[in-house]
Formats: sequence, C-alpha cells, structure tokens
Amino acid sequence: MHIPDGFLNVATVATTCAVSAGGVGNAVRIANKKLGEKQVPLMGVLAAFIFAAQMLNFPIAGGTSGHLIGAALAAILLGPWAAVLIMSCVLIAQCLIFQDGGLLALGANIFNMGIVASFSGYYLYRLATSFLGDNRRGKLISGFIGAWGSVFLASIVCAIELAVSGTSPIGVVLPAMAGLHTLIGVGEGLITGAVLSLVLATRPDLLQLQRI
Amino acid sequence: MKWWQIGLIACLVVACLSPLASSSPDGLERVAEDKGFIGLGQEAPFQIIADYVFPGIQNEVVATILAGLIGSLILFGAVYGMAWLLKSRRGRLR
Repeated sequence: MHIPDGFLNVATVATTCAVSAGGVGNAVRIANKKLGEKQVPLMGVLAAFIFAAQMLNFPIAGGTSGHLIGAALAAILLGPWAAVLIMSCVLIAQCLIFQDGGLLALGANIFNMGIVASFSGYYLYRLATSFLGDNRRGKLISGFIGAWGSVFLASIVCAIELAVSGTSPIGVVLPAMAGLHTLIGVGEGLITGAVLSLVLATRPDLLQLQRI
Repeated sequence: MKWWQIGLIACLVVACLSPLASSSPDGLERVAEDKGFIGLGQEAPFQIIADYVFPGIQNEVVATILAGLIGSLILFGAVYGMAWLLKSRRGRLR
C-alpha cells in the first residue's frame, strides 16, 4: 500500500506530512518517558521482522498480491506509539533506500501504515480481548481481528487521500481498495496470529511489557 | 544465546525467503492499474537498492536476498539504536 509520488496533490501531501510529523514527534516524546530496558531489543527485532516480512508478497485472488503491514503486531506487543516509531523507521528506509513509496508521499504512507494501522490495530485488539478474554485463545483471535481491521482501515484512509487528491473518484477507488484489502487483511491476521502464538509459546513475558 | 539474537536470526531467515514472494501487483498497484491512474506514478529521483534488488548482481535471487538481509540489518540497528538512545536519555527530551 506504499503510495508513489504523483498520486497525491499538494494539499494532501502537506496535510499528511504535518500530521505525521506531529505524530512521530509525539511518539518520540512518549517513548522517551516510558521505554524500558526490555523493549529496546524487541523494537529492533520487530523492525527487522516487519521489513523482511513486507518483502514477502503473498498471492490473493485474481493476480493480485498483498504483504504484511506489521503495525498491528508491533502495537499489540509494544503499544501504539512504539509501533508508530517502528513503522516510521521501516517506511523511511523503504522510501530512501529501496525506492518503495514516494518521497513526497512519505507523510501519507506514515500516516496510513504507521499511525492509522497502529492505533486501529491496538484498540481493536484491546476491544476484542475485553469480549473474548485475555487467555491464549482470546489473544490470538483478537490479534487476527486487530490486524485485519488495521489493514482494512489503512486502505480506506489511503482511498480517501487518493479521492481528495482528484486521482480517482471516491465511488470508484474506495470500494476497490476496501474490497482487495478485505482479503489482504486475512493474510495480515494470520501472520499476526502466528507470530503472537510463537511469542506466547516461547516468551509469554514479552506480551506483559508496559505498552507505549 | 539471548532471545533477541535468535529473533534476529529468524528475521534474516525470513529475508532469505524473499525471492519466493509473489510478483503480482499489490492491492494499491492493482487498483491503480484497474482504475487507470497507475500512469500518474513518478519514478524516484535517485535509486539505491530500487525495488529490493541489489544493483550490479546478475542473479536476481541473490540480489533480492542481499537486499533483504541488508534492509533487515539496517532496520534492526537503526531502531535498536534509536530505542536505546530514547531509553538512556529518559526524560531529557522535551
């Protein structure tokens, strides 16, 4: 879902850059207050994992592929602000080194896949565990729900940005993006559930860290 | 071995699987093609490891794996370093 340059107009570029800069600044401040010894290596490993897993496009219906975003996974383990930091670093590296996602569109990509996906994934997970229980089964199903929702909502916000920019009418781009990402979100949910299940089996204490 | 060292090795293994990735367009690219606005996309003004293929290597599998390994290590180092700085200068940022 990395937006290249050329898809967004100046107003959308400026707005999303300003909002993302504010969001990342706030994430830095909050992490500076709350980050502890144990979270440091987990943040590094999650950034490496999200980068590597994002390269692994999986096929969905009709000659289309999708890949993990990873924001929900990071937010569930570390909290939404820490996830915003990790996603911003991944997206900045992808943009500057790997030419994936436009330079001017970086603000929009951080907003969609960093801020929107992290917060929606985190709060959907919290909401779901309050209904399903905080046991293993509840955590895994909630992880799936949070991850699916994070992709779905990020794709809707992306479609709105494209429509506001005059790139494609909202009635065309919104159903198309939402439809495909309904399927891609299933992949996100399954990968997130699998990683959470691995963490629960090997290092369940990593799911008890203070959320940032 | 510490847990995060095992975790990092697992990430590098995932990076080595990257040549197996589907080369079909992703969700946004597919919508851009179908709805006729893919042509608006602009090339980046510079290229370093463009499209996750390390430049100058003939074998695309090797070039892709190398890009994946380099990216994973850069991100581990950058985010670990950033988190360590934020933790050790606790409260000193305004």
